[in-house]
Amino acid sequence: MWRVVSRPLTNDSRMQPRWTDGRATSAVAATIAKPNDRLTSFERLEIYNRMYWFRVLDSLYEDCPGLRAVLGDTKFIALAEAYLVKYPSGSFTLRNLPGRLAQFIREVPRFTRPHTALCHDLARFEWARVEVFDTASQPVFTANDLLDVPAAKQGRLKLALQPYLQLLRLDYPVDDFVLAVKQREAQLLRGDASNAPTELRRRKAGKAKRPARARTHVAVHRLDGQIYFKRLEPAAYRILLALRGGATLQQALVTGIPRAKNSHADWAARVQGWFRNWMELGWLCKR
Amino acid sequence: MPANKFNGFTDYGIGIGLRIPHYDHILSRKPTVDWFEIISENFMVDGGRPLEVLDEILAQYRVVQHGVAMYFGAADGPNKEHLRRLKTLTKRTKTPWLSDHLCWGSVDGTYSHDLLPMPYTVAAAKQTAANIRRVRDYLEIPIAVENVSSYTEFHVSEMTEWEFLTEVVERADCGILLDVNNIYVSAQNHGFNPYDYLDHVPHHRVAQMHIAGHTKFEKYILDTHDHPVLDPVWKLYAHATKLCGVTATLLEWDDKIPSFDEVHDEALKANEYIAQARAAKIPAPREAVRSRAR
Repeated sequence: MWRVVSRPLTNDSRMQPRWTDGRATSAVAATIAKPNDRLTSFERLEIYNRMYWFRVLDSLYEDCPGLRAVLGDTKFIALAEAYLVKYPSGSFTLRNLPGRLAQFIREVPRFTRPHTALCHDLARFEWARVEVFDTASQPVFTANDLLDVPAAKQGRLKLALQPYLQLLRLDYPVDDFVLAVKQREAQLLRGDASNAPTELRRRKAGKAKRPARARTHVAVHRLDGQIYFKRLEPAAYRILLALRGGATLQQALVTGIPRAKNSHADWAARVQGWFRNWMELGWLCKR
Repeated sequence: MPANKFNGFTDYGIGIGLRIPHYDHILSRKPTVDWFEIISENFMVDGGRPLEVLDEILAQYRVVQHGVAMYFGAADGPNKEHLRRLKTLTKRTKTPWLSDHLCWGSVDGTYSHDLLPMPYTVAAAKQTAANIRRVRDYLEIPIAVENVSSYTEFHVSEMTEWEFLTEVVERADCGILLDVNNIYVSAQNHGFNPYDYLDHVPHHRVAQMHIAGHTKFEKYILDTHDHPVLDPVWKLYAHATKLCGVTATLLEWDDKIPSFDEVHDEALKANEYIAQARAAKIPAPREAVRSRAR
């Protein structure tokens, strides 16, 4: 039954007429399911086959507005179907469905050519949005916590970052692109418990202009339950990454700040501003 | 029956499903609602908005957990990570009972995210009952299993759906979440009498009921939860209430979700049938002696 349910549909969203061994699928279905006075065995199993694919494709469709804006509906569905054949859901929740999409895009680039690099960035970015939404948070590091640390030891202080905070180094400014796409799309809320999607929901894709290649550093974070994107300077990105990796404050600054490009005083003001902002946003935690 | 060991000896009335489009209305206007049913899997997360909303709801309302992915009928048994997260959530919500479906939907760690019908065999009943017991023993709360709507029947089945449901719940000694809309949908799709189904399930095990809307297609009915409850389902609900007593009842409305007030008003229509049942002063159902198929 599972092999019948999970087998990809035909181009017109029907159950495939031929089974994997060349037999008529109707003959295979007849060995599993009873017909009734209105439906053949094939038609009864086809209901489940269609519902499975409509449900998982609809879920990916919702989660990847940027990716489908680049590819268009037809190419996006082809990518999603191939992805789900190779990496079917391994989780009790549909939330995790796009978790390996970026990896798949890199492994099988033919579905995204000639925009594979852009699509790879978009899949990473859109997965980060899923992750940031409901990943755990920790008590924030406050100015009072800093006062507890003697000044002489502050350089050796180790700080953690909020577990939900996602740091991305991208080849394309996909944050702006996804925002533009989402502004063009009405939010449609997904049903929860009904097991009966009746068709693949497709909406008019956003027509945002594809972004040009440009190295971009972005933090995807949340505040008061809402997801936000924040551009980072490369040095700020490196400092945050070093802190997450367990570096002391001093080590993180050494790692992050390029040598001899600006005066010490210039960097001091900027770094101070970054840390003040990160603390206001609640990104820093005690380690 | 209103309070039994399968619903934690509670006496809940009419509830509705907690759904995202209603969050703002509920949190800002605090409407009077007897209880909310949540989809467990939507809140089995580590943080963020889902848990913040849940905590606000829990501060003001009674919540019961309903799952969609435990797959009691799965041959490979309950997923340990799923159980661990579920238990964490039950401690948060203090749900008096927990429900999920009498179905399968995962194979060797791959999930369909659907509620797939089971073959009605003794072997499947034994396996399913064993899974339910494992879940109940781990979670340490009463379990109620829900009959699903279905669109196919299997050659290998050895009994009717209601016989299978009875076989499972008696072997597991668990409760039933009786979904009268699902009974109607399956009855139409498979050509059985839904009243036969209601008459033959063990009424004393009914911990909760579900009502919902469905969609009629040319050759079958689909359980879409996107309409008001239709008259034949209300009639079934009235009959079920006479058989089982006044039971915690929940309206499911999961797609094309209208305003909170519209959903709540639809749910409260159940009061009419509850009043009829109360007026009839029907005694609480008792356990019937039955010989178990082996």
